[in-house]
Amino acid sequence: MKWLKSLSLLDFTDKGDSPERYALLRRNILILMVIVTIFPLCFMALVNYHQYQKALREEIVNPLRTLVNKTKHSFELFLAERLSTLSLIASAYSFDQLSDENTLTRIFAAMEREFRGFVDLGLINSAGEQVSYAGPYDLRGKDYSEQGWFHEVQVRGSYVSDVFMGYRLFPHVAIAVQRRGPDGRVWILRATINTEKFDDLISSMGLEPSSDAFLLNKSGVFQTPSKHFGNVLDPFPLQLPPITYEANVIEEKTPAGKGVLMAYTYFVNAPYILAVVKPQGVILKAWYTLKSELFFLFLGSVVGTLLVIFKLTDVLVRRMRECDEKREAAFREMQHTHKLSSIGRLAAGVAHEINNPMAIINEKAGLMKDLMEFIPQFPEREKFASLTDAILQSVHRCRSVTHRLLGFAKRMEVQIEELDLNETIHETLTFLEKEALYRNLDLRLNWGADLPRIVSDRGQLQQVALNLLNNSFAAVEDGGVVEVTTWRKDARTVALSVRDNGCGMSPETLRHIFEPFFTTKKDSGTGLGLPITYGIIKKLGGDIEVQSREGEGTTVSVFLPVQMQP
Amino acid sequence: MQKWKVLLVDDEKEFVSALSERLMLRGLDVRIAFSGEEALGSVQSDPPQVVVLDVMMPGLGGAEVFRRIRELHPNIPVIFLTGQGCSVDRRQTVPYGAFECLVKPLDIDDLIRTISSAIGLCETPALLSE
Repeated sequence: MKWLKSLSLLDFTDKGDSPERYALLRRNILILMVIVTIFPLCFMALVNYHQYQKALREEIVNPLRTLVNKTKHSFELFLAERLSTLSLIASAYSFDQLSDENTLTRIFAAMEREFRGFVDLGLINSAGEQVSYAGPYDLRGKDYSEQGWFHEVQVRGSYVSDVFMGYRLFPHVAIAVQRRGPDGRVWILRATINTEKFDDLISSMGLEPSSDAFLLNKSGVFQTPSKHFGNVLDPFPLQLPPITYEANVIEEKTPAGKGVLMAYTYFVNAPYILAVVKPQGVILKAWYTLKSELFFLFLGSVVGTLLVIFKLTDVLVRRMRECDEKREAAFREMQHTHKLSSIGRLAAGVAHEINNPMAIINEKAGLMKDLMEFIPQFPEREKFASLTDAILQSVHRCRSVTHRLLGFAKRMEVQIEELDLNETIHETLTFLEKEALYRNLDLRLNWGADLPRIVSDRGQLQQVALNLLNNSFAAVEDGGVVEVTTWRKDARTVALSVRDNGCGMSPETLRHIFEPFFTTKKDSGTGLGLPITYGIIKKLGGDIEVQSREGEGTTVSVFLPVQMQP
Repeated sequence: MQKWKVLLVDDEKEFVSALSERLMLRGLDVRIAFSGEEALGSVQSDPPQVVVLDVMMPGLGGAEVFRRIRELHPNIPVIFLTGQGCSVDRRQTVPYGAFECLVKPLDIDDLIRTISSAIGLCETPALLSE
């Protein structure tokens, strides 16, 4: 199975999170599924096709074959019978007896009575001379020595001729047998029969009107009339089929271009070919219907299967991708939160550590001031007063810093409380006041009047405000404008907006800003600020909207319910 | 007029000495203790009207001292001092009877006001004259 693994079709590396690996996975799954479904389908379709074809053919072909064999057998029987008659006469009578024309005529009359179809009878000596003759024509004395059949009958002992036109212009067949007398004399008895019996045998086959059966000779000349291809002694328009003495069925095309089935066989003891021609269209209509039905079924199945495969694979890979992304995002968020809470704990520790020395400085300086006040004649009173005041002021500044720091650190846990939105947002501004000052930012604050107190989580709201303000600060140039506005949207909603006149965002960027890990800051930025903000707002039961124009600025609006829905 | 008797407890010696001096300048009778054990001893031997207690102390911590004071002298109000911010400690202590919690560095006037209301609540009206 190593080679299968080495194909690594389902190998899904964890390296990197490029979109290509999902495209690759999709491609691999598609290939596998297509192979697994389409190949068996094709295979089965082909197998079915061939099975059906075979079965149908046999259903049509076998009866035909049987018919041809039977008919040939009848023909051969007929010819054998006639030849036997001649043999019998040749054996029963001597040459001399037969040379007497009266005897011959009498015999011929009997023959004609008993066997229909005999036209004449003749005795030919070994020199080829017709010695006596009984029949309608005047053939006594005719010399056959030069004729092919004469030699043939001497070699084979019997002979059946091709059909020929007789003196009375209807088709005949000549048969002959050779006899060796007890005195060693060789002589030949020859008879002519008409082809009525041939036609009878053929019509007795009982074929449908569209079928055609006939005899051909080995040169391709009709021996019996054909319904569609020509009359007696016309040439057969098609090529002669290969020699076989057992009935065989082949496909042919008529001169008109129609497909036909030809069942034929060669005769062993006669120079004939029996052929039956059936138009394919008639027989195989059933087969063609089935074939096209099969084809459409197959096509439909393939299309359906492919559609399902593609759709399914798409959905599958997309879900996988979404799952992976969600997992990553959750992990990152957790890391982020963890980081924040560590910072929180650090902040708390630092603040506490600073507060104690601060307290000492505070009391000492305070004491100095007190002593000064309680002692009336204190030298350099004013100078001392200003010095201690300066110390106390610095302590006060430190105090507010650590106070804020502790406040921020504490708000890591979710605490639902009733709060004033303006006050909450204002608190976060203190973190950014310095930066605004150094960068000369125009910080405009429009605190809505008569805002109802809302029920929400202070820490999370401040996180949101911080994120939005940070984004705005990052977007504007020095001296830019950042405007914070709060207002009451309706009876159940309050709103906060942060507007800046910074670089703005393109519609393309806008589409992606809430996606995890999407960031336009090259080095800094986790790409998680806005997604987390979005998550918080949604959890608090609110909404967030962003409007931006590239080069003009951005406005982010947050809507919060006055009461959080459970 | 009787001076308000206050016990100051904190392990930061400089802080305690400076604060006690300031309070005395303002006319309070201040005792000091630098540890939980010292504080308990002082409460037993010379019970004050108010205890001002630092939460974070080594050895017997502020919470434990508070509990013991409650056991022995439930009438003495206790004011907590903390460098960490009050809300955490408030949750732990105020439900159990601490009077108030103040954040270091202190505002001296704030402390005076708190002491005054603590004593005011626990003393009979006759002694509130000053």
